[in-house]
Amino acid sequence: MRNTLTSFVEELRATGIPVSMVETLDAADALTHTDLSDRENLRATLGATLVKNPHHYPAFDAAFDVYFGGRRSYAVVDGDDREDEDACLSDDALRDEVLDALLADDRDALRALVARAVDRYAGMQPGRPVGGRYYSYRVMRRLDADDLLLRILAALATVEEDSSLAERMRADEAEGLMARLRQEVDQEVTSRLVDERGASEVAASRRMPLLEDVDLMHATRTEIDDIERVVAPLARKLATRLSQRRKRGRHGRLDVRRTIRASLGHGGVLLEPKFKPPRTAKPEIVVLCDVSGSMATFARFTLQLTYAISSELSKVRSFAFIDGLDEVTSYFSHDVDFADALIDMTRSASLVRRDGHSDYGRSLEEMVDSYLDVITPRTTVIITGDARNNYRPTGVDHLAKVAGRARATFWLNPEPRRYWDTGDSVMSAYAPWCDVVDQVRTLRQLERFVERAALPVTRSTHLV
Amino acid sequence: MQADWHSPDDVRAALGGTGYLADARIAQVVYLAARLDKPILAEGPAGVGKTALALALAEATGRRLVRLQCYEGLDEAKALYEWDYHKQLLRLQSDEGAQWDDLEGDIFSESFLLTRPLLEAIRSPEPVVLLVDEVDRVELETEALLLEILDSFQVTIPELGTITATTKPLVVLTSNNTRELSEALKRRCLYLHVPYPTIERERAILRARVPDLPEDMGERIARTVASIRGIGARKPPSVSESIDWARTLLALGIAELTDEATSSTLNVLLKYQTDIDKVMKELSLPTPDEIQSG
Repeated sequence: MRNTLTSFVEELRATGIPVSMVETLDAADALTHTDLSDRENLRATLGATLVKNPHHYPAFDAAFDVYFGGRRSYAVVDGDDREDEDACLSDDALRDEVLDALLADDRDALRALVARAVDRYAGMQPGRPVGGRYYSYRVMRRLDADDLLLRILAALATVEEDSSLAERMRADEAEGLMARLRQEVDQEVTSRLVDERGASEVAASRRMPLLEDVDLMHATRTEIDDIERVVAPLARKLATRLSQRRKRGRHGRLDVRRTIRASLGHGGVLLEPKFKPPRTAKPEIVVLCDVSGSMATFARFTLQLTYAISSELSKVRSFAFIDGLDEVTSYFSHDVDFADALIDMTRSASLVRRDGHSDYGRSLEEMVDSYLDVITPRTTVIITGDARNNYRPTGVDHLAKVAGRARATFWLNPEPRRYWDTGDSVMSAYAPWCDVVDQVRTLRQLERFVERAALPVTRSTHLV
Repeated sequence: MQADWHSPDDVRAALGGTGYLADARIAQVVYLAARLDKPILAEGPAGVGKTALALALAEATGRRLVRLQCYEGLDEAKALYEWDYHKQLLRLQSDEGAQWDDLEGDIFSESFLLTRPLLEAIRSPEPVVLLVDEVDRVELETEALLLEILDSFQVTIPELGTITATTKPLVVLTSNNTRELSEALKRRCLYLHVPYPTIERERAILRARVPDLPEDMGERIARTVASIRGIGARKPPSVSESIDWARTLLALGIAELTDEATSSTLNVLLKYQTDIDKVMKELSLPTPDEIQSG
């Protein structure tokens, strides 16, 4: 067990979950009080001692299933028996049985059926260099997942009366059942791969990125939902950190009144100077977001994070562009749902002038023409976009004008650095006018960047 | 009493006896906490029964509950101990002319010490359950106050020395995850993530807390609430809100969860108008006007 634990901890660390030495020792301690034959008990013990962040649990569970998924007992059924039995069960009959097992919530039966489906459909061959996902996908396709979902829905429909609420409940339940089937197939495939290749190798191939390391540009729908949920606490953490730094910085002017008041305690001797809190101006931020196509997701998190820390900023104004630019500040007032605001924005802001393909030159020109007075020497300008300009004029002069007025100009590009300046990307044309051009692909990088951009502008008011 | 716990199942039964339905994970973590003398850090959305866990633990073990409610600005004097300044002053004034050495030893003795929850938990002759509620509300620096206690169940007072617990308290910290807690704090605790309950568990909770509710209603309520949580509201309904909802439906004599009934009582479940609008749209529920005309 000790070896498995060490190797499991190593896997967690490789995923990015920070596990300290002390926590590993705690886990080892706790294991002596755990019924090791009960998988869920074991999961609870290891989870409680090793993983201290709720967002890390999906990655933990994935690794746990690989390491402790366990050998599946029914697999010992005599090979010949199974062949015989197998032959007389047609594909359709197998699917019917899977459906029945799902609807009856008979987990043992389902497990056995899934094992059979994997035998039949996955086409697993030892030494074949493909990941488990490929095998799972093949099994689900042969089981015809879409059709199964429809049949589950139909089966559920007979018992319930018809209302939109009941319909929704049915859809949720059917989704849940399908998710269970998918999980069973995954688990079956994984455990066979583990037998073949060993746990640590399989874990490495199935590793899930932590939420903060998910590539924002290519995040899946569920990942985006999950990230959405993390952004709020993350922003609050960021806001606290910023306000602390603002409060704790060096002190400001001498406070004569409080110094004299304090001196009364020592008979009027000016023993202890008192200072006013420092006067640090909060920065103003202007965000310019490319919201075309795949950039939209990224722009959305930048905007969301910026607005979430707006208490630490004196002013936030946001502009969105595709091949035209419009101010969108008013869409993101505090009490609206962020997702709704985005939909609202894309519907009613005028962002498209011609064909709906990014035109940075034209957008920057519109910024200069209509909103140049927004930018003051206290403004930090943040531009997010891939600088893919569809071979149109770059309009660097306009960027120069914007950057010339601003305190600082940052450009966030979610594309990997090696793709910059390939094809229609004109990043290096804009780069000279920006103070920082950064590759920001994940939530973690975005957080670090926003923190830097929101640092207060300290005025030199230090006296004494 | 916790010596009777020989397995997580005992914990589950003991908590069940107080009306708290623990799932296997909660039972295992509580069992470990009792065995290893480690604090539990329970984190999760508001209203899923984190505080209730501590209350149930106190009841199940027959221990006294010492509670420290955290808030922004909580400091040593409120959490740990404070010298009774007024009493010290009176003592000084009551016999002027006494020798300073005598006095000094006297006024910094335990009779002038005001114990606050943390010290109280340490000094109690009987074992207690210490609940540090909403620990994410204190500033990052204040968290450090807790470290010594969580680590070795002791408190150091400069004038008196180190006070070590004679009996180990069972410690539960709760956090609503509004900010991330420090690594140092997390490292010292067993982490218990308390998510929204599964449909089965929520149904069981409803059965326990609202006994008059018909069984099929409980099922429908649990499933509806689970579905609403999936929609991604700003403040998803908590367990306590689904209990409230069940009681409301019961009080109104609604025996069947129709679209209209749901629509007109949704405000018990959701506390923001934007959330209500969103859920109405997602579940395509009729608005009050439509109910009137229909």
